[in-house]
Amino acid sequence: MINIVLLSLLVVVAIGIIRMKDLFAVVMLTGIYGLLSASFFVAMDAVDVAFTEAAVGAGISTLLMLVVITMTGRKEKATRHKPFAALFVVVITGGLLVYGTLDMPLFGSADAPIHNHVAPRYLNDSMQEIGIPNVVTSVLASYRAFDTFGEVVVIFTAGIGVLAMLFAHRRREEDEKLAAINDSMHEKHLVIRIVTKMLIPFILLFALYVQFHGDYGPGGGFQAGVIFSSAIVLYAMLFGLSAARRVVNQGFIQLMAAFGVLCYGCVGIASLLNGGNFFDYNVLSNDPVAGQHLGILLIEWGVGVTVASIMIIIFFSFAGRREIQQYVEQNKNKESV
Amino acid sequence: MELLITIVSGLFLLVGSFLCLSGGVGIIRFPDFYTRMHAVGVTDTLGSVMILTGLMMQSSDLLVIAKLIMVLLLILLVGPTTSHVLAKAAFHNGLQPKGLSTENKHNNKESSSSNT
Repeated sequence: MINIVLLSLLVVVAIGIIRMKDLFAVVMLTGIYGLLSASFFVAMDAVDVAFTEAAVGAGISTLLMLVVITMTGRKEKATRHKPFAALFVVVITGGLLVYGTLDMPLFGSADAPIHNHVAPRYLNDSMQEIGIPNVVTSVLASYRAFDTFGEVVVIFTAGIGVLAMLFAHRRREEDEKLAAINDSMHEKHLVIRIVTKMLIPFILLFALYVQFHGDYGPGGGFQAGVIFSSAIVLYAMLFGLSAARRVVNQGFIQLMAAFGVLCYGCVGIASLLNGGNFFDYNVLSNDPVAGQHLGILLIEWGVGVTVASIMIIIFFSFAGRREIQQYVEQNKNKESV
Repeated sequence: MELLITIVSGLFLLVGSFLCLSGGVGIIRFPDFYTRMHAVGVTDTLGSVMILTGLMMQSSDLLVIAKLIMVLLLILLVGPTTSHVLAKAAFHNGLQPKGLSTENKHNNKESSSSNT
């Protein structure tokens, strides 16, 4: 029942996103969409996925989109032509996809192929083989460590892409002027500044809890990284980019992004050198279960560090661009006056 | 004793839900942004506090109570702040409360521009 309600709400929100012309409202609606799908995942008992969706879909991606909107303006461009060809293609592919689902097993049926392949082994043997209570973490970080490595590399590549496109080297005197603009702008927000100051330590603490408690409860490197970076992003939004840059140095954060991926890969190499397969943590220590624990801890750490630094890098790049844009506009205004 | 706790917590839950619901009605029925925000900002915080208190009474697990208290503190801190920030942002961007005459609006704009 609750599934039906949540799914229909999702459809309503999706239609709203398509119909809306105001991009700011669209971004807010995508945040709501993320939160709704997170609740849907909770209803399906997939708390880890829900946690990720809530942190990424409703949290940090909304923030990043908002930063982008401050640069591009909040109105959608009016399209003059009606894209009938695109509609045609979409309808055809959608029809084919729906036709494809007819062959799939029914929702929640017990004899679906996915429940008979490797899932029984993961569920039954995970406790003996890996020795941690959260099966999701053991699948993600140990059985499927190579897939997760791929995901981390994807995030790393995204960060590098953003850096390559948007990185702007700023001169020092410009930097000071920008900081002055920022300070004047941010001094207004007294109440929210104080409340944020109170909240940020707890957000960071919660991120670390999620990071290191991922073996026992929902959570892990991805969620922890996103939460950690959202605290920094919050700080940057309220206290200005220059202040945030003083807290986390750009060069240091780039180094950490690479270090996380390196740490992850090195665990795999270490297990190779000890005579096991790539990412076979059993050989990392004398006791296989202790080796698994060590391996999972290390790679989760790598994931968390990379995700957090890449998110911060992306935010810094976008926000830095925006600051420069503001600065140029202000100069223009002065000249015209 | 058991019965009393159940009844009191049920009352708390009921009042909390009623407050949240009335906030929802307010956001649809009220005429302009500020009154709407007022409706939601006030009732939502109090409503969720009531609901959480009711839930706390129901549970016997100390860990659950501690978690609920943390959620409560977070809501107490964040709820009023968001309302404040929303109202401030709306005011800064020149949204006038309904009922102020257009002439008044004009004067306000002039005085604010002369200030800056």
